[in-house]
Amino acid sequence: MDFKYLKEYLGWLYYQYLLITGIYVLEPWEQSIFNSVFFSSVAMVIYTSYAFVPVHVRLALNSLVQALLCH
Amino acid sequence: MEATVFLGTFNDADIFWYPSPDLCLYYNHVSEVFGQFLRPHDLVIALTCTVNCGTLYRQVPESFENPPMYVAVMTYLGFGIVTLFGYFRDFLRAVGLEKCHIAREREEQKDFVPLYQDFENFYTRNLYMRVRDNWNRPICSLPGPVFDVMERVSPDYNWTFSLTGKTIDDVINMGSYNYLGFAENDGDFLKTVADRTQQYGLGVCSTRQEMGNLAIHEELEQLVATFLGVESSMIFGMGFATNSMNIPALVGKGCLILSDELNHTSLILGARLSGATIWVFKHNNMQSLERLLREAVCSGQPRTHRPWRKVLIMVEGIYSMEGSVVRLPDIVALKKKYKAYLYLDEAHSIGAVGPTGRGVTELFGLDPSDIDVMMGTFTKSFGAAGGYIAGKKELVDYLRSHSHSAVYASAMSPPVTEQILRAMKCIMGLDGTTVGKVHQLAENTRYFRSRLQEMGFIIYGNDDSPVVPILLYMPGKVVAFSRAMLKRKIGVVVVGFPATPITEARARFCLSAAHTKAMLDQVLFDLNELGDDLCLKFSRRKYSPRPQQHNNNDDTDFELDS
Repeated sequence: MDFKYLKEYLGWLYYQYLLITGIYVLEPWEQSIFNSVFFSSVAMVIYTSYAFVPVHVRLALNSLVQALLCH
Repeated sequence: MEATVFLGTFNDADIFWYPSPDLCLYYNHVSEVFGQFLRPHDLVIALTCTVNCGTLYRQVPESFENPPMYVAVMTYLGFGIVTLFGYFRDFLRAVGLEKCHIAREREEQKDFVPLYQDFENFYTRNLYMRVRDNWNRPICSLPGPVFDVMERVSPDYNWTFSLTGKTIDDVINMGSYNYLGFAENDGDFLKTVADRTQQYGLGVCSTRQEMGNLAIHEELEQLVATFLGVESSMIFGMGFATNSMNIPALVGKGCLILSDELNHTSLILGARLSGATIWVFKHNNMQSLERLLREAVCSGQPRTHRPWRKVLIMVEGIYSMEGSVVRLPDIVALKKKYKAYLYLDEAHSIGAVGPTGRGVTELFGLDPSDIDVMMGTFTKSFGAAGGYIAGKKELVDYLRSHSHSAVYASAMSPPVTEQILRAMKCIMGLDGTTVGKVHQLAENTRYFRSRLQEMGFIIYGNDDSPVVPILLYMPGKVVAFSRAMLKRKIGVVVVGFPATPITEARARFCLSAAHTKAMLDQVLFDLNELGDDLCLKFSRRKYSPRPQQHNNNDDTDFELDS
């Protein structure tokens, strides 16, 4: 029962995404191109932030602390 | 600064009155109930009074609310993405991977000077063509309060259409300029029109100046002059041509035209054809107009500094894209102070506003002789075609011989003339029927606008105007809105760039006296559902649900104790 409402809600969210980005007016193959480019870039951003942001933050904090300690 | 008088509160805004010899203007103080800082442009209440009479003419508030910032960002984002895909498709067409549907020169002519400007059509080719099933829909019945739309399908994404043969019946018509409901085909009402057709035939076969001046034309001109309260009037066969062909007869080189930013194309075309200098002032902005008038009086013509031969202020009664009403009392005061002439185009407001349908002059309680040239069309409220120019007898007699339309254009056809006569007599109450069409239209307008504001849509314009633009902003939503409304059997007109600014695409509803409350309720119900479905309710103002306002034609809320 919940799945049906969830599916409907997800469908409505996808519709909003189509309307807001303006993709709604494009032909289906153009929509597929845009979706693939957009979602792959979103996936890359998520992977990069997961893989590298903690490391970078830790290194930055270390160098900041060292700089403060030296002075 | 002279002493100000606090008059009271109207719609949660405080109203002050600043007395001054010939012009009293004041601006409201916005109260906290709106919950956000509004620029003075957003909500302005201006009242004018003349020192002699001492009564205030209440001007209904106009609002042009701004949406939240994310809406503008998303609109630009949508246009940007579609533009990118437009470049991509143009590239495919240039390379040859895709068939090109647009006009191209022949192979032999490729070396000539190009005939078709490809870049200028970029927007048409790449955005309009994708979604053009929302415009030019063929109608196969009378454009009354309900009509029948023919169904179309397109196999190649709107480059070509084919009719399926089926019709969508009883679509509620919210797009026709049928303000008083005179678009009807009932045989009883149209009896006089049929009689005149029998008497005069259909075509006039001549211009007014040659053999086309029929007695029925003179009768209509008399009636129009009586209706408006002026000395004399002249009618023309086409509304657009009334503006574009008569302004060149009135002004010429060495004259100055001060034209509102949002004037109709016919006014702009007439102004350009005349050869006069055109200065544009901001929409309904009296400071901008006053500044331009002062500049005109002080510096005169551009290089020679001679005084201008004539200064003509061109405004419209109701602006059809915004639904705003002109600030006529202020303009009349300004014109008297700076000795300019006023040209008022009442295409949408004649018959539709004012307690008895006489237009914006009656709405503000002004003397019709204050306005030098009153122009209007019969297309909207009278269910016919054509236009008129009215004013002093000398002006109209001059136009009879000098107007291009009078000399070269075919005269108005007799059945059309009789339809206008019939409609005008009905509005004036001369034919004995007490049809309260103007009241019905005012009721419908008030009801529709107040319900839409309660629901949370952003509506532009004056609360009295029967033209209601609902702002949709994003190009995707504009298209989805039009298609979804047709699926629910409501026909609406949506307008986008370039007719409106790029971020302000809208759906324009034209109310009619022929709409029953049931139809309006149906439309409001569907609008509510679609508003939630498409997320169109951007308004940040809180309106408490009020009981339906009753007619308040003549009573003013404030009286000066003088």
